[in-house]
Amino acid sequence: MRFRQTRGPLEPIVVLWMAIGWVGFALLPWYGIEDGFFGFSWLFDGYPVDSKFAPALVLALKGEKLWLAPLGFLLAAPLLLWGRNKSDPVFGRLLVIGGAAGFGWLLFQGFAIGLHGWQFSWLTSLFGDLGDRQFGMGYGALLVSGAFLFLLTLGIAARGAVGGDVFVVSSIGFVVAVVSIFIFMPILMMLANAMQTDDGGYSLVVFLAKLLSSRLWSLDCLAGGNRCGVAWNSLLLAVLVGLLTMFLGLVFALVVTRTGFRYGKLLRALTVLPIITPAFVIGLAIILLFGLSGAVTQSVAGVFGIQPTRWVYGLPGLLIAQVLAFTPIAFLVLIGVVEGVSPSMEEASQTLRASRWQTFWTVSLPLMRPGLANAFLLGFIESMADFGNPLVLSGNYDVLSTEIFFAIVGAQNDAALAAILALVLLGFTLGAFYAQRFWIGRRSYTTVTGKGDAGVHPRLPNGLTRALYVIAGLWTAFTVLVYAVIFYGSFVRLWGVDQSLTLQHYKKAFAVSWNEFGIHWSGSAWSSFWTTMEIALISAPLTAGIGLLTAYLLVRQNFRGKNAFEFATMLSFAIPGTVIGVSYIIAFNVPPIELTGTGIILVLSFIFRNMPVGVRAGVASMSQIDRSLDESSLTLGANSWQTFRRVILPLLRSAMLAALVYSFVRAMTAISAVIFLVSARYDLSTSYIVGRVENNEYGIAIAYSTVLIVVMLVVIGLMQLVVGSRNIGRRGIQKGDGGWSVRTNVSLPGTASGPTTIVGAG
Amino acid sequence: MAEIRGNAASVTFENVTKTYPGASTPAVDDISLAIEAGKLVTLLGPSGCGKTTTLRMIAGLEMPSSGRILIGGNDVTRLPATDRDVSMVFQSYALFPHMTVMENVSYGLRFSGHDKKEAASRARAGLELVGLTDFGARLPSELSGGQQQRVAVARALVLEPLVLLFDEPLSNLDAKLRRHVREEIREIQTKLGLTVVYVTHDQEEALAVSDRIIVMNKAVVAQDGTPRELYDAPANAFVADFIGEANILDCEVVAVQGDEATVRLGTLALKLPARGHQAGPAKLAVRPSRIEIGPAGAPQTIAGTLAKVTYTGSHLELVVATALGDVFVLSRNVDAPFQGGDAVGIGFPERGPVLIKA
Repeated sequence: MRFRQTRGPLEPIVVLWMAIGWVGFALLPWYGIEDGFFGFSWLFDGYPVDSKFAPALVLALKGEKLWLAPLGFLLAAPLLLWGRNKSDPVFGRLLVIGGAAGFGWLLFQGFAIGLHGWQFSWLTSLFGDLGDRQFGMGYGALLVSGAFLFLLTLGIAARGAVGGDVFVVSSIGFVVAVVSIFIFMPILMMLANAMQTDDGGYSLVVFLAKLLSSRLWSLDCLAGGNRCGVAWNSLLLAVLVGLLTMFLGLVFALVVTRTGFRYGKLLRALTVLPIITPAFVIGLAIILLFGLSGAVTQSVAGVFGIQPTRWVYGLPGLLIAQVLAFTPIAFLVLIGVVEGVSPSMEEASQTLRASRWQTFWTVSLPLMRPGLANAFLLGFIESMADFGNPLVLSGNYDVLSTEIFFAIVGAQNDAALAAILALVLLGFTLGAFYAQRFWIGRRSYTTVTGKGDAGVHPRLPNGLTRALYVIAGLWTAFTVLVYAVIFYGSFVRLWGVDQSLTLQHYKKAFAVSWNEFGIHWSGSAWSSFWTTMEIALISAPLTAGIGLLTAYLLVRQNFRGKNAFEFATMLSFAIPGTVIGVSYIIAFNVPPIELTGTGIILVLSFIFRNMPVGVRAGVASMSQIDRSLDESSLTLGANSWQTFRRVILPLLRSAMLAALVYSFVRAMTAISAVIFLVSARYDLSTSYIVGRVENNEYGIAIAYSTVLIVVMLVVIGLMQLVVGSRNIGRRGIQKGDGGWSVRTNVSLPGTASGPTTIVGAG
Repeated sequence: MAEIRGNAASVTFENVTKTYPGASTPAVDDISLAIEAGKLVTLLGPSGCGKTTTLRMIAGLEMPSSGRILIGGNDVTRLPATDRDVSMVFQSYALFPHMTVMENVSYGLRFSGHDKKEAASRARAGLELVGLTDFGARLPSELSGGQQQRVAVARALVLEPLVLLFDEPLSNLDAKLRRHVREEIREIQTKLGLTVVYVTHDQEEALAVSDRIIVMNKAVVAQDGTPRELYDAPANAFVADFIGEANILDCEVVAVQGDEATVRLGTLALKLPARGHQAGPAKLAVRPSRIEIGPAGAPQTIAGTLAKVTYTGSHLELVVATALGDVFVLSRNVDAPFQGGDAVGIGFPERGPVLIKA
């Protein structure tokens, strides 16, 4: 036994959390301060006596908000443990009861008492009118809830959960708490909102009536009418996009891996495009090409003498834009699948007298089937969740994601309708997510072991190869054309009207001048650009941190309910950004957590939207670090926190960097969630660009997009350089990325950065 | 310079059972053991027999489902690995690839309350003990397999653990190096008087290195004894067959007088140590090298025909078809003119056959 228990009358860590709780309860203002989380004018503005800025203790002593007083007693409860040992059963039980009661009470009073007194009618009928009210929680409540949470986890650990490991139990508690508060609670509140009737009651009938309304589900268009339900529109588009991206992805994957094509690396580089391109940019390029004054439309009209039309707005344009945007994702998934088919199977087939054609049709393709289904579902989910392209391209073809937006921002301002639409959208994506995880996940024939069989994949039949080259070549040319149009378009004065070249868009957006105060960022885009940078830079490390911590818990620890934990953390893959956006404005517009209009809500939405990226990166590289490394660290006397910090994190450096960069990039390019959450003070690049598009200022929008793409390219390029050089000196085996890949544009850092296999140097 | 001391303590298992969550049968089933301080004890058995689980429970990497574990007389059953004074050398060595050899060896010392200087000095002493004094600045990836193994040993030793655990330490080394390394391990163990628990599935390695061997099979202890006891007097057919090879022959105990049993084996009557057997059907375990082979019809032999003769250089491997079934025999007499189909007689010298349970 290593003798290093500190013998005090009270466990030091209990003292620490009690102290933090008391600072929150007795010293810091309990309620949120109006001039923001980082405004400190309250210090000189009547604190601590003024009720607006008073700590809970002062409020209680003044006889106000007496419902906060019990928290103080519960925070003092651990003092009863004076002189008791950690292994004493009372120790664990008391902390569990005290922590849970405190955390529960804090939440309950927060939800029960709002801006208008009691929030629930049964409380009013029970206690009568309250005659008081409260605002959103602030610093004090934050610290106190943290203290209760971690006292609770301390208690659970002391009762022997996960081998009594305080660090692990606390981490699990923390992740569960934040995921519940920032993913599940908003969704549930959105659900409640959708069930609300006009007079404020709740009714399942009303909910069902809204859910099954003809606006969503009408099949009018089949019967000759002009409009089908929004849900059908989305479904049709998503299925088409899923099929096409799967097909094109397979074509590219086959070209790269099975035809002896020499520039495969170049094609792989294309996969970086969707990561760095804000979703609506492709849509913009399509408008420049095929819109009413688009280059292609105009020249075709000129040559054949037909009237240019707005044909591209609607299903055709959406289809083109989304297939362009999401094919690289299918490609990335299928490359792993195609490489994962064991060459010895194909060689066996050939020795059994099958020709190359027969081998391909009877062996290779069937073996890829689960992977193809996987790619299809990813394309489906991507299309469902896509917001940027429909926003600029959908015309009269309404889809769910944009309908949600217009329900909130349009003249109707109907949060309940938005909630219903969001639920339908969520239903579709979760269904696909579930199918992908539980149906396809168990049917994969490809085994990615990193070793691979001996043997080489046979070449494809010549005819097929030629066809693949043609399709891939045309599509690549089209992609290049699209990006070229964006780049070129940013220098054109007024597309379709005045094609002369100019720098005026850049000047207008990014002008910099010098005046007596130094640099003056006079361009109109600078404000949103710097805000975006700031928010992205703040959220990236937080996202990577919580992602890697979650990955550590998933890969390295065993605890009860781990499967549910994993499902919950991965679920946010399948929650479209628009849904997150709507649920956030529904949930965080009123107490107990009031965040709308702040920068914090943007940061939070980025963290929980992008958290799966960090989790994926962490899981991918952590499962390649031999478990005996952790175990040897433990037997050498390090505890799990020290092991995490000194052994696992240093070995995860490249995964960390990848997670950081990808969360940064995603934060820079995201549009769907943030468009609901931006405010005048906190406007982001993407929503600024969309605003310009809505004003028909395409020039600035395209110029700004070009700048964003270039910035992202530089960031990703720098990361590749750094990550690449980090792998020197370790044994690395390139591992194909197969099986379940990620929902969205970026979440394949594993493949992009080339993970290394790290074993215990054996 | 600091010196590495041995700090041996005994290990006791009292009715320890371990069932992994979701598993229907226990990985370790109601095991009781007493490992003396300062001895090298091997856990030997086929894969899946529970030996590694047993080792990991000593380390604190697995917690028993029931029972008690004591180290040096103290109950450590619920103590996690971090707080146990036990070190382990892993099969993969588990050297931290991002740390130099020196950093690896001093890693554990930093958590044991030694200051930097003390830790460095102890780490150097550890490296000296395994003969790697000049390799401190290298990364593990720059060492050979044998050197990595020694670093792992040094890293475990410098903590002066009460018990040192080895999990198949030789399995990643090539055959010639194995003999050398196992002798080194044994040498260090006797020099410092360490308590070592050593897991292997290689019976030859176990016989060569151990003070005592605990043979495990199907989650229970099959036999516990010195190498010689296990080889010469296996308790049951499993041990007889797992340690070295053995012919298991049906026989019948005719009579028991004191310690001596009269056993009928086919046409022969043998006088053997009774080992607690009563009259009735039993089995005999006979080492192939302890069977004599001679001309057909010799007295006190069982008649048979040579079914197979294989020349392996140092000896002949013979399969003799007899009324008792096929009997496998090793003969040192490589020059004997045996041929397949020859009629022969096989005899059983006094210390050859061992009675085991039917």
